[in-house]
Amino acid sequence: MADLILDIRNLKIEATAYPPGEPPQDIVIVDGVSLTLEKGKVLGLIGESGAGKSTIGLSAMSYGRGGVRLTGGEVRLGGQEIRAAGPRALRAIRGDRVTYVAQSAAAAFNPAKRLMDQVIETSLQHGLSTRAEAEKRAVMLFAKLGLPNPESFGNRYPHQVSGGQLQRAMTAMALCPKPDLVIFDEPTTALDVTTQIDVLAAIKEAIRDTGVAALYITHDLAVVAQVSDDILVLRHGKMVEKGSADQIINAPREAYTKALVSVRQIEHPAKPATSPVVLSVDHVTARYRGTHFDVLKDVTVELRQGQTLAVVGESGSGKSTLARVITGLLPPRSGRIRFDGRDLTPAFANRTRDDLRELQMIYQMADVAMNPRHTVGTIIGRPLEFYFGLKGEGKRRRVQELLDEIEMGKGFIDRYPAELSGGQKQRVCIARALAAKPKLIICDEVTSALDPLVADGILKLLLNLQKVEGVAYLFITHDLATVKAIADSIAVMYRGEVVRYGTKTEVLAPPFDDYTDLLLSSVPEMRLGWLEEVIAHRRMEAAGN
Amino acid sequence: MTRIPLSALIGLAITAAYFLAAIFAPLIAPYGFADVVGGVWDPSSAKFLLGTDSIGRDLLSRMIYGGRTTIAIATAATVLSFTTGSILGFTAAVIGGWVDQVLSRTVDLLMSIPSLIFALVVLSVMPVTVVTLILVMGLLDSTRVFRLARAVAVDITVMDFVEAARLRGEGRMWIIFREILPNALSPLVAEMGMRFIFQVLLLSTLSFLGLGVQPPMADWGGIVKSNKDGIVYGIPAALYPAIAIALLAISVNLVADWVLTRTSSLKGGRGG
Repeated sequence: MADLILDIRNLKIEATAYPPGEPPQDIVIVDGVSLTLEKGKVLGLIGESGAGKSTIGLSAMSYGRGGVRLTGGEVRLGGQEIRAAGPRALRAIRGDRVTYVAQSAAAAFNPAKRLMDQVIETSLQHGLSTRAEAEKRAVMLFAKLGLPNPESFGNRYPHQVSGGQLQRAMTAMALCPKPDLVIFDEPTTALDVTTQIDVLAAIKEAIRDTGVAALYITHDLAVVAQVSDDILVLRHGKMVEKGSADQIINAPREAYTKALVSVRQIEHPAKPATSPVVLSVDHVTARYRGTHFDVLKDVTVELRQGQTLAVVGESGSGKSTLARVITGLLPPRSGRIRFDGRDLTPAFANRTRDDLRELQMIYQMADVAMNPRHTVGTIIGRPLEFYFGLKGEGKRRRVQELLDEIEMGKGFIDRYPAELSGGQKQRVCIARALAAKPKLIICDEVTSALDPLVADGILKLLLNLQKVEGVAYLFITHDLATVKAIADSIAVMYRGEVVRYGTKTEVLAPPFDDYTDLLLSSVPEMRLGWLEEVIAHRRMEAAGN
Repeated sequence: MTRIPLSALIGLAITAAYFLAAIFAPLIAPYGFADVVGGVWDPSSAKFLLGTDSIGRDLLSRMIYGGRTTIAIATAATVLSFTTGSILGFTAAVIGGWVDQVLSRTVDLLMSIPSLIFALVVLSVMPVTVVTLILVMGLLDSTRVFRLARAVAVDITVMDFVEAARLRGEGRMWIIFREILPNALSPLVAEMGMRFIFQVLLLSTLSFLGLGVQPPMADWGGIVKSNKDGIVYGIPAALYPAIAIALLAISVNLVADWVLTRTSSLKGGRGG
């Protein structure tokens, strides 16, 4: 057992909650979690938001964020108990034997200092090496992590490199002091899929070559399967299942793990393109006021009644701008939009009430899409009152019908948004859109802020509602798995242009254009060895095969 | 609403006592506010609890009636400044563009002039009545409320629920009063306590300078003015209004503090 790096036994973590208007109360965040980690191994911590995975990760350096306290159990780092260690002992450990890679690299770097100074800072602080040695090691790590011009990369400032490069620079920062253990806290979650794959490969290689142990925290099982040796599944602060990556992915034992593994497997055959066209976007070009480039360039797409058009692309591809143009928030510079056989006025303020009613929108962040001071009844009831003049008992009855439709029972009508879970909030937003009896609903990344299982529920609900109500969806997303689950036709966007457009079967069948190929092959698959295959495939292609 | 901290309870109790005393002044005050009932600057006694003032009127009665005038005018001015300030501030934030520019720059212009000087100039050319006092004080202070209301509303107007209301086709009235106002209320109410105290101070200053409440009506600033010469002779009459103002300021601020800490975030707190 000489190479046992981390040994957590029966860990209990508590925090004090301050519910508004009530006395503070202690709540248990993590209870009875045990794990071990050997030298050179990677342990994946996986769970939904609130599962306590980040809290456990930080406990490996005996740190509790925001008033969180480690109240029970043992945390042994290389045989030394550190849970109750004093500040001086912890200062010696943190940054020397344990280091941390945060989710948002952009927020973790000091924008006023060069990268090199920040990467080697801990090594110098702890007196581990001289400046020259540390810089040499940093350059070696830059090269290993595949950063461009490793010799001069450290001279740049954080804003001069891309998000993916910054995340790799932070990995270099964590590896520079030669720690025993690195904690990766959702390091690729904020990145686009095509960037994520490079960072993932770089992290994996660096871990292997430096021989450190690592805790890898993420909510995405497909990602963790690529980098981990073992996986620990968490839920509500308790362990659900622990096993090798192979066992968790291929032979999960617990029902919850099975659900996590089988997520994103909704079967949805594309509907034939027979129904009349409800929305046609015709050669639309748009730019934001005060800027000098077009965010949408000559975009042409069509959507048929009762069908779903998925608009896919990375951040900055113009997919959300397309939604703003259709809703009239951003009038286009040229081109026209036809809706249900009539021309739509460019600016929403000049549209008729029926135009506004028949074109509804659902947002990514459900909790800011609802007024926090209105009850569910008011939120869903307002469109009924506004468009159909429903009042009093009639309105309340219709609201209840809509709540039933979104599979939320009685008792929700008088609640405030703060009293709902993330999935419930999104359901209420769907009900608000349905209340207007729309012909088209624009769904802007409606599932990307939700945990996978909850997102699955929302997608199934949307599919059902489409069958019942015959409403068309314009579905904006960056997640290709979602697209496969819900779309009838697909438009792939890249830098403001539609690079590929057609029915789902056409778009997802080869031959691919370069960008679609890159995008499709970057989506992590729920199986071991996927990352290596893709990387090997890309290297072969780059070599000219 | 389950538990009000002790400091806020004390603040609430004292503030309430002030307002009750102001409302029921004729019932509580032992003498009329203008009646000369004793000698000049009689010391406090069982007959005159706080003694008498520079011309022999009962000081306690004048303090109570003075509180009535001061609090009434300050309250009216605060209400006026909050209604105009917040409605204009919300309007500027919601409409934006040149409407916002015109309103904001006008407010900047008004704020660049020290409000006491501005009030003195206006009051010296206009007849000093209670109504003009309220108007001048209220409108001058509304510039500060405008700033706050606009800043809060600008943060709220960019939220998706306001965009959703706009796309629904809602009019400005709904957006201002139903979407923005409920979310802006807490910071505004907290600010209201502060502004109210500043109104009390401004009114007292104006009266002290002779451009506020006119004799024989009593108000705290006026009581300081007419009794200030007594301080030289060790007569404490001019100090009582100062103590009254200080105590009111502290207690109102205790309440305002509590309102502000109760302010939950826009997401409605963390739930629990």
